Amino acid sequence: MNEILKKRVLTPVTKEIVVSAPRIARKAQPGQFVILRVSEEGERIPLTIADFDREEGTVTLVYQEVGYTTRLLGKLETNDSIMDLAGPLGLPAELPEKGRVVAVGGGVGVAPLLPKCKELHRRGIELISIIGARSSDLVILEDEMRACSNELHICTDDGSRGFKGFVSDKLKQMFETGLNPDEVDEVIAIGPIPMMKATCAVTKEFGVKTWVSMNPIMVDGTGMCGACRVTVGGETKFACVDGPMFDGHLVDWDEAWRRANSYREQEHIANERCRCGGEH
Amino acid sequence: MALKKSRTEMPVQDPEVRKSNFDEVALGYTEEMALEEASRCLNCKKPFCVDGCPVSVRIPEFIKLITEKKYQEAINVVKSTNSLPAVCGRVCPQELQCESKCILGRRGEPVAIGRLERFVADWEMEHGNAEVPEIKPNGKKVAIVGAGPAGLTCAGDLARLGYDVTIFESLHEPGGVLIYGIPEFRLPKDIVRREVDYVKSLGVKIETSFIIGRTMTIEELFDNGFEAVFIGSGAGLPMFMRIPGENLNGVYSANEYLTRINLMKAYKFPEFDTPIVSGKKVAVVGAGNVAMDAVRCALRLGAEKAMIVYRRGREEMPARAEEIHHAEEEGVEFHLLTNPVQILGDEKGWVKGMECIRMELGEPDKSGRRRPVPIQGSEFVMDVDTVIMALGTSPNPILVQTTDGLDAHKWGGLITQSEAGRTTKSRVWAGGDAVTGSATVILAMGAGKAAAKNIHEYLESGKTDW
Repeated sequence: MNEILKKRVLTPVTKEIVVSAPRIARKAQPGQFVILRVSEEGERIPLTIADFDREEGTVTLVYQEVGYTTRLLGKLETNDSIMDLAGPLGLPAELPEKGRVVAVGGGVGVAPLLPKCKELHRRGIELISIIGARSSDLVILEDEMRACSNELHICTDDGSRGFKGFVSDKLKQMFETGLNPDEVDEVIAIGPIPMMKATCAVTKEFGVKTWVSMNPIMVDGTGMCGACRVTVGGETKFACVDGPMFDGHLVDWDEAWRRANSYREQEHIANERCRCGGEH
Repeated sequence: MALKKSRTEMPVQDPEVRKSNFDEVALGYTEEMALEEASRCLNCKKPFCVDGCPVSVRIPEFIKLITEKKYQEAINVVKSTNSLPAVCGRVCPQELQCESKCILGRRGEPVAIGRLERFVADWEMEHGNAEVPEIKPNGKKVAIVGAGPAGLTCAGDLARLGYDVTIFESLHEPGGVLIYGIPEFRLPKDIVRREVDYVKSLGVKIETSFIIGRTMTIEELFDNGFEAVFIGSGAGLPMFMRIPGENLNGVYSANEYLTRINLMKAYKFPEFDTPIVSGKKVAVVGAGNVAMDAVRCALRLGAEKAMIVYRRGREEMPARAEEIHHAEEEGVEFHLLTNPVQILGDEKGWVKGMECIRMELGEPDKSGRRRPVPIQGSEFVMDVDTVIMALGTSPNPILVQTTDGLDAHKWGGLITQSEAGRTTKSRVWAGGDAVTGSATVILAMGAGKAAAKNIHEYLESGKTDW
């Protein structure tokens, strides 16, 4: 169970794995996530389901090797198995049946964006996509995004590819130079917290409803611990059972950013150990 | 022989030593101690103690076998009605149950039934071979949701009756609150694992990382040939106070704090990967068993001040007497008649204090306990850097959201229509915290037992009316 069938290196720090998980694939819907653990001593981390294939019984996960557990995950190869994999968790994304949607993805956030875009495309929605990364070598899933988008715009912070600047800057430019905000039914923005915050600032200015996908620290992922508290519209929500998709205009971004960094010191200790080869 | 009025003391780790380790606090009886204590039992013809036990352990019978040094037979008697004796001997509030009914308690101290139960359970682990009763399979499949005390008990009882039982557990390890909630120093995890192994030895299958409602719905369980479902999913959703500052860094639900420590072994970070930030001045809000567990964990993680903050008085604290006693011995401070008003943060968003108000007790409320009333103008700031909310939990909504016809009360508890735990949905039973909200291990076990009996009666009857 949970065997890695395929592994693809998307960027030097981002990997994609296709995992045999028929039970999860059978029930998965866009927007949902899994919780996984890679060793007896391991922590539980959430990863959004980037794709699923019910016939093949697989789910696809994309992750950036930024923390200790994602590094350990990165060391697993084809035919290795993930020790524990639970899901699908969270509420499925509520996607529109018709109209026009702008999808905005930053960094590894393009991975959780993709299943929503595929579903929107299947529903015949006009999809304008903006994806970005720090530099051209970090842009992921470009072909997959192009296949389901009517338009695809690429941005890089350093200008090494496409529009130079943040995806939020590109969106703003588009609203200012021809894309009529009134003709956009909604925006879906997924990526790092500062990117989602900036995108929401733009869409708020232009009055476009915006969904974001929160990826806070979690332990159980089923509503039991409350680690994933997010303030939305002044109310505390649990991202694992009330989300992970929320109205981006109502999210308390500064709190989310602060909470995401709760264990920065500990991550540093763990990562040091990882670099020193301190294997389990 | 003159009857001893007082019970045989159980040795414990020295408070000064134990407050900095996670090893078990209570060390258990030696054989001599057990024999001495067992000899106090009057072996009453009408044993009231058995009425006080939610799972009806035949108490005088097993205690008599101890006096005869027939320990294997003694544990077999216990296990015939209780699948988790080593757990119950450690965490049951015996003073409110079996021991409260003991006739000796009228003139002196009741027989230490819990300690004797623990003794025979531990004796078996050390010396015996857990004897598996002969089971005749009846070919009927029953699904259990949740591998906690209610689910394990229900599963064990049904397996003994010949059912093909599968437990579906959402976490990666079975045990429920015994694994994620109760700390090692009160209930060693090896003991939980052995009790779970015993239930497995009865033929029960356990599927971990399997979330009923998400990975598979209850309806799909029926489609897969299960004839009855028992829900023992516990009370997973932590409550907060809804006061300002509750989402500051350094504020935990007791569930999260204890899960990090117990299930994920954060107290061994970085040997284990899950981190925890537990400060030097830790306030735990609440005074139940969970609050005592959390505050004693805080001490062991290096807190210089570990404090219970509770809005009612000493008499009203819901924790087991022994846990309060142990916490006091270890140096936990009790700030009673004190209620948090808001949590204060520093410029980086970490807890730096907690504003509280003093309370006084007014008229009794619905629970019969005197209602705490704030004393106007008595606000003050406590110097704390970590706050743990141990206010109780409510049942997880996933099952209700994903199961047509399964109804819950407004506060989340599943609605049951009988003592035996029949829910509003046909062939679905429920028991434990999923029905009652946060209660005790043994009450959950009692509910699992009652449901098992009723499931058996229903499936045996061949009726299809429900």
